[in-house]
Amino acid sequence: MSAPVAPKTRVVPVASRRVGPVQRLRATGWRHLVALLLSAFALFPLLYVLSTSLNPGGTLTGSNHLFQTVGFDNYTSLLSSDQYPYLTWFRNSLVIGLTTAVASTLIGALAAYAFSRMRFTGRRMGLLAIVLVQMFPQLLAVVAIFLLLLQIGDIFPSLGLNTHLGLIMVYLGGALGVNTYLMYGFFNTVPTAIDEAAKIDGAGHARIFFTIILRLVAPILAVVALLSFIFSMNDFVIASVVLVDVDKQTLAVGLYHMVSNQRGAPWSLFAAGAVMASIPVVILFLFLQKYIVGGLTAGAVK
Amino acid sequence: MDTTTPTRASVLRGSSIGPLLLKIVMLGILDAAVVFLLMTLLTRGSYAIFGVVLVGALAVNWVYLSKRAMPAKYITPGLVFLAVFQVFTILYTFYIAFTNYSTGHVLTKDQAIEALLSQSQSRVPDSPQYPVTVVQQGDQLAFLVTEPDGTAMLGSAEQPLEQVDATFTDGKATAVDGWTTLQFTEILAMQDELFDLAVPVSDTAMDGWLRTLDGRSAFQYISDLEYDPQADTLTNTATDVVYSDTSLGAFTAPDGSQMLPGWQINVGLDNFTRAVSEPTIRGPLVYVLIWTFVYATLSVVLAFALGLFMAILFNNPKMKGRKVYRIIMVLPYAFPAFLSTMIWSGMLNTRFGFINETLLGGAEIPWLTDPTLAKVSVLIVNLWLGFPYMFLVTTGALQAIPEEVVEAATTDGASPWQVFRLIKLPLLLVSTAPILISSFAFNFNNFNAIYLVTEGGPVDRSAAIPVGHTDILISLVYKVAFTGQNRDYGLASAFSIIIFVIIASISAYMFRKTKMLEDIN
Repeated sequence: MSAPVAPKTRVVPVASRRVGPVQRLRATGWRHLVALLLSAFALFPLLYVLSTSLNPGGTLTGSNHLFQTVGFDNYTSLLSSDQYPYLTWFRNSLVIGLTTAVASTLIGALAAYAFSRMRFTGRRMGLLAIVLVQMFPQLLAVVAIFLLLLQIGDIFPSLGLNTHLGLIMVYLGGALGVNTYLMYGFFNTVPTAIDEAAKIDGAGHARIFFTIILRLVAPILAVVALLSFIFSMNDFVIASVVLVDVDKQTLAVGLYHMVSNQRGAPWSLFAAGAVMASIPVVILFLFLQKYIVGGLTAGAVK
Repeated sequence: MDTTTPTRASVLRGSSIGPLLLKIVMLGILDAAVVFLLMTLLTRGSYAIFGVVLVGALAVNWVYLSKRAMPAKYITPGLVFLAVFQVFTILYTFYIAFTNYSTGHVLTKDQAIEALLSQSQSRVPDSPQYPVTVVQQGDQLAFLVTEPDGTAMLGSAEQPLEQVDATFTDGKATAVDGWTTLQFTEILAMQDELFDLAVPVSDTAMDGWLRTLDGRSAFQYISDLEYDPQADTLTNTATDVVYSDTSLGAFTAPDGSQMLPGWQINVGLDNFTRAVSEPTIRGPLVYVLIWTFVYATLSVVLAFALGLFMAILFNNPKMKGRKVYRIIMVLPYAFPAFLSTMIWSGMLNTRFGFINETLLGGAEIPWLTDPTLAKVSVLIVNLWLGFPYMFLVTTGALQAIPEEVVEAATTDGASPWQVFRLIKLPLLLVSTAPILISSFAFNFNNFNAIYLVTEGGPVDRSAAIPVGHTDILISLVYKVAFTGQNRDYGLASAFSIIIFVIIASISAYMFRKTKMLEDIN
């Protein structure tokens, strides 16, 4: 894997000449102009939603003058709303996201360990199967998932439709292929000499895995866990099909139903909800940016 | 090896009683659930699933109890979820595509007959009046009925009438152990529920139901329909029309009218033939298919072009403030996509949206309601969502190009544009090709960036299925299966299979080209 390489300072012919401030402005001024335009494109939806969330206007029409009035009314009324159980959605998203992240990372790491460290018949076939299966995104089978959970719910009501456990199980099945493959590559970079040394000291395979290998591959575990978390936060298709009751829904499904009828939608309440939901994700992302981009490109770029 | 090693080893092994216990407890819980599942499957007569579950459970137990099968111990937890929720669901999609599974065809035939019989009840003209007391247990309501011969019977919607020992007041059964007798005011409060309550007289729907209008006396109701098990027909006793099972998945009258609910049957290739032969389905399917390819391709190309342009723009060490720009550019990528798509949807609203009203000074441009403009809009939104990633990727790839190559070209007299077009771009395309391909695959099924912005709309009213002008295949599957009056799971699954086939052919071609699978070892 070769993630983006750290920027190198290098000598560009034009810039290497001794230049005064005027020439420099001419050289980089247009770059700033274009960069500012692009920044505006990147930022204005985000500024718009921030402004709307602070404007006690209400609907779409009332939200079109940026930062004219500023107040936190929307935040307080959304958090105390009877009609929109925002905090429940938030909690559901967190519970589902965190459980999925931890569980899918663990079972993915277990499988990756076996593929990376053990030699057995069917190993190559297994890896091939994983690569092939992950070609087919799970949401293609959303109809079958819905009907399967419907029938599971008949026998085990706590695992069927409209349950968080059911949804988490579906996510675990869908994420395994790509997670295992990502981690497999990383596991291979850990020298096997370490395992062998531990084995000679008498450690069993489980001890080697849990106390030695897992610590050495911590970066990829963090990436996979974060990607799984973001995936389940973002998922609308499967969550909207599985979670029926308003109180069971995640942020994606709940907020969507809040504004799906645009005309009378409580737009500024939605904006407040969007800002609150995004802040933790954005902060987490900016901190771990380097790892995420590296993780996304790992296995793809050689 | 020194003498301390065996002791250390035995200490390490000796400490493994905890994990062993954990293993046994977890296997025990799993097996208990499996036994329960197996018994339920047996009573339902689902022998095929019974066999699969039994074999699977035995295999899992063997893996964890045997001393061998070390790799399987690690792979099994993931494999179970993968097998059920990824592999099985794909197979199940194939199965559903060959059935008529849809609204009105979700039941089995026996269930459908029960449902039909209980749907059309009318009061037996000479029904005696049964004194009843309404009793409650938890959420469940029941009738405590006094028969003409003085015995007390208890029954609820699920439980047919059964003789019980009750307390009598003035010859009327008024209370029974385990149930609370409702007072008159309570009865008034749940009048609607009470009107809907039909208590079966016996196990067979043919014998009819007891219903009450006032909570004090009940009358016998029977179905207008009469089921004849020998001929397998339903007869409407009011009109004398005979409905028979003509293997269409519903009881059908001689004039072709059907009684719903029907039941699930295997319809063979029917869903596929409908998809290619009915013009009101084939038309939308074709343009959705074309648009899916156009959308995925343009999304990748536009995002890559803008990302690369920015990477080059910022790849000048003399430029100040590059770090700040970089953070700003990454923000759209960091912001949760499900939220930004909904925000864009609001901003693009024709009459009230920010873009028309503020940025364009009150213009009424139909961003989301005109078929062509809606396509442009979803592409712009997806460009906004996708360019930061391409910016990060191309920045990395650009910096990985060796300096010497560029210098050599410059020395040979190549202009900066020639250096870019003939040297940098080809090198970039080679190193980012896998990312471009996976990005195409992602956008091919980028449900959120379509559905949360336009819901696939503007709606195409000439089509027989819920479809719009910006729908891609995956949003079409979702809409056919879960929105609209008629949820057609069979047809939606047939569409899913079409997508499977497309993806499989593209992947097969790619693998042959790149020989990627041969690298796996």
